[in-house]
Amino acid sequence: MAVLALSDVSKSFGAVRALRGVSLKLEAGEAHALAGENGAGKSTLVKILSGVHRPDTGQILLNGSPVTFGGPADARHAGVAVIYQEPTLFPDLSIVENIFMGRQPRTRFGRIDRAAMAEQTGRLFAGLGVELDPEQAARGLSIADQQLVEIAKALSRDAKVLIMDEPTAALSGNEVARLFGVVKALREQGCAVLFISHRLDEIFELCQRVTTLRDGTPVAEDLIADITPDDLVRRMVGRDLDALYPKQDGVPGEVALEVHRLTREGVFTDVSFRVRRGEIVALAGLVGAGRTEVVRAIFGIDRQDAGWVEVGGRRLRPASPTAAMAAGLALVPEDRRQQGLVMDLSIDRNIALAGLAEVRRGPLISRAAEHARAQDWAVRLRLKFARLSDPVGVLSGGNQQKVVLAKWLARKPSVLIVDEPTRGIDVGTKAEVHRLLSELAVGGMAVLMVSSELPEVLGMADRVLVMHEGRLVAELPRASATEESVMSAATGRTAA
Amino acid sequence: MLVRRWESLILVLLVGVCVWAALGVDGFANTSNVSFLLLDTTEIALMALTMTFVIVAAEIDLSVASTLGLSCAVLGWLWNAGLGIELIMPICLLVGALCGAINGLLVTRLGLPSLAVTIGTFALYRGLAYVILGDQAVADLPAAYTSLATRPLVPLGLVAVLGVGAAVLLHATGLGRAVFAIGANQEAAFFSGIRVKRIKFWLFVAGGAMAALASLVFTFRYASARADNGVGLELAVVAAVLLGGVSIFGGRGSLPGVLMAVVLLGVVRNALILADVANEVLNFVTGLLLVASVLAPNLGALWRRRFTSQQEVS
Repeated sequence: MAVLALSDVSKSFGAVRALRGVSLKLEAGEAHALAGENGAGKSTLVKILSGVHRPDTGQILLNGSPVTFGGPADARHAGVAVIYQEPTLFPDLSIVENIFMGRQPRTRFGRIDRAAMAEQTGRLFAGLGVELDPEQAARGLSIADQQLVEIAKALSRDAKVLIMDEPTAALSGNEVARLFGVVKALREQGCAVLFISHRLDEIFELCQRVTTLRDGTPVAEDLIADITPDDLVRRMVGRDLDALYPKQDGVPGEVALEVHRLTREGVFTDVSFRVRRGEIVALAGLVGAGRTEVVRAIFGIDRQDAGWVEVGGRRLRPASPTAAMAAGLALVPEDRRQQGLVMDLSIDRNIALAGLAEVRRGPLISRAAEHARAQDWAVRLRLKFARLSDPVGVLSGGNQQKVVLAKWLARKPSVLIVDEPTRGIDVGTKAEVHRLLSELAVGGMAVLMVSSELPEVLGMADRVLVMHEGRLVAELPRASATEESVMSAATGRTAA
Repeated sequence: MLVRRWESLILVLLVGVCVWAALGVDGFANTSNVSFLLLDTTEIALMALTMTFVIVAAEIDLSVASTLGLSCAVLGWLWNAGLGIELIMPICLLVGALCGAINGLLVTRLGLPSLAVTIGTFALYRGLAYVILGDQAVADLPAAYTSLATRPLVPLGLVAVLGVGAAVLLHATGLGRAVFAIGANQEAAFFSGIRVKRIKFWLFVAGGAMAALASLVFTFRYASARADNGVGLELAVVAAVLLGGVSIFGGRGSLPGVLMAVVLLGVVRNALILADVANEVLNFVTGLLLVASVLAPNLGALWRRRFTSQQEVS
């Protein structure tokens, strides 16, 4: 019998039907994947299982009998634990204190029983094979370690169902492997796991069963053993997908971006490279290798301690995004919600934000020019929207990313830097973004791409630069870049 | 959307209060009272213009009334020292701008929260005003200016001209867009090439200079330069800005709304005074309006959040 199941569940928000007739069974000892594009209803489903939302119709079944979750506390009490992409620990408390937050064991005299807490934590960590100091403060833990703490916290509550909502989005390869080791162990101990990820290879590695949602409706439930990744993609998008990495070969032209011995103490050291017009250069490496920090410094977000950046042969003033933009640089940042967009502003105003000088008539902003600029790029990027005056926050993740791209492409940059351009966006949009980047490069733009997804790096880049612990350790031309060569450089096993 | 609805609400409230006062309060509906009550809001209106920019940019300046006091003290001191008033006025404006610049530097260069900084300079500038002028009142100011300031059309004309200018600047220029973007998401604004620190610095400078301009109107209107001129006005200014629909968290608001709120507060005050309501009740009503204005938009936002946009939140 399923530990936790949904039976014919529907949920609407206003006029939007987020889920329609969804049934799902989570069995003990089984990892069940939930696949679907952004906006397919995965998050809503998680929120129903975790007690955040109540279904409009249908039932939640716990060990076969219907239950009502009045809130997240009820779900937690029933043994459902959710691990999010961004863990929510208290940074100033120790690991132990985080695990037992709100339900610390007491001694006979009513004081918090630190010894019991430490002992239980030790046992949990030993069971998980985790090596962390339980007395360490949560601040400074990597996201991967924080997730392990969250898992330990869930287990200390006797969780029977572990829901993981894109837990790997911010993890590096090793960290993913370690997380999967832990999850597999839990599965074998009889936990039911619901796993959500945009990375198909992870679904195929970890799970036995997959339910696919499309537009809130369940389209298929398959045993992983019976299908291929291509089958799964077809179920998610409902059509055959064009190649995910439609890379065309461009002709490299003159040097557009030159980075010379760029150093930011304690972050990255002596980074030098060039990007030519017409090529896509990928900056690969593990999370924390300093890739994002390098592109931030190039764009002038942070000040470097040494070295310089040249664009089109002219040296940039350090620490000035304005100067970088004037020279023809554009940066599509890593965190689109926090850095790429102003969520409260409308789509057209967001697109105009990086080019306020270009939508002016005299001293005043021209609404017409602003609208035309947005309209033009919305059509070119096939943006799905109701009105350009809607707040950008109502769009799905993939469409938000298109707005960020539109905002920067409208400036007609000579060098486009994209940091994790397809993180957290659905497969369909991903292929569109890849095609766009390829077309831009062929059209003569220099593209520098930071990506943690190896298939993306290998599929899109003309050259791959690999960083390890703040240094550039390898430069691999497209022909010799393989998963093995990039990973061994990224983990510091070879030096170039 | 919400902003527009809020402005309409303020307008309806304003009309309602005016109608009630005209019908029910003796001595409200005549030209001299109306012009007096409008004249009485001049300084608040002026300072509210720049305060709107500051709060939309998600900062705050609680030192404006103290800057006004310091500027008054400098005026009185220099007048006593025998300087010509035409020379003193630009000096006062410079002093105000300097006060704003100090706030701006502390906030943008040292990264201190503006609430803490301007609570500090709130005491500092007022203290300095007392140091300069002590408790004397300088009243022998040139009649040409004092009579100018009491002619309603002059100060109100000033408010009108600057108000239109500020509204255009905030709502129709790149600078205005940048201020909204900074208030809504400072990091995204910076990533878009907006010079966040520079703009914030100049907003504080403008706020200081505007407080000095308000001090000139104040001094001439009452024909008295004192160190305690305008004590407590900063709260009236912030109250008007928030009541006008500007979000205390930044990123939302409109200047027409703020100007209507200034008038609304002036009318309520005036009508209550005429109706012989005690001063304590007056403060209570102002406070109530302020709390309601901070609460209402947030209640609206909470309500909306419950029913929409749940799909995308992780």
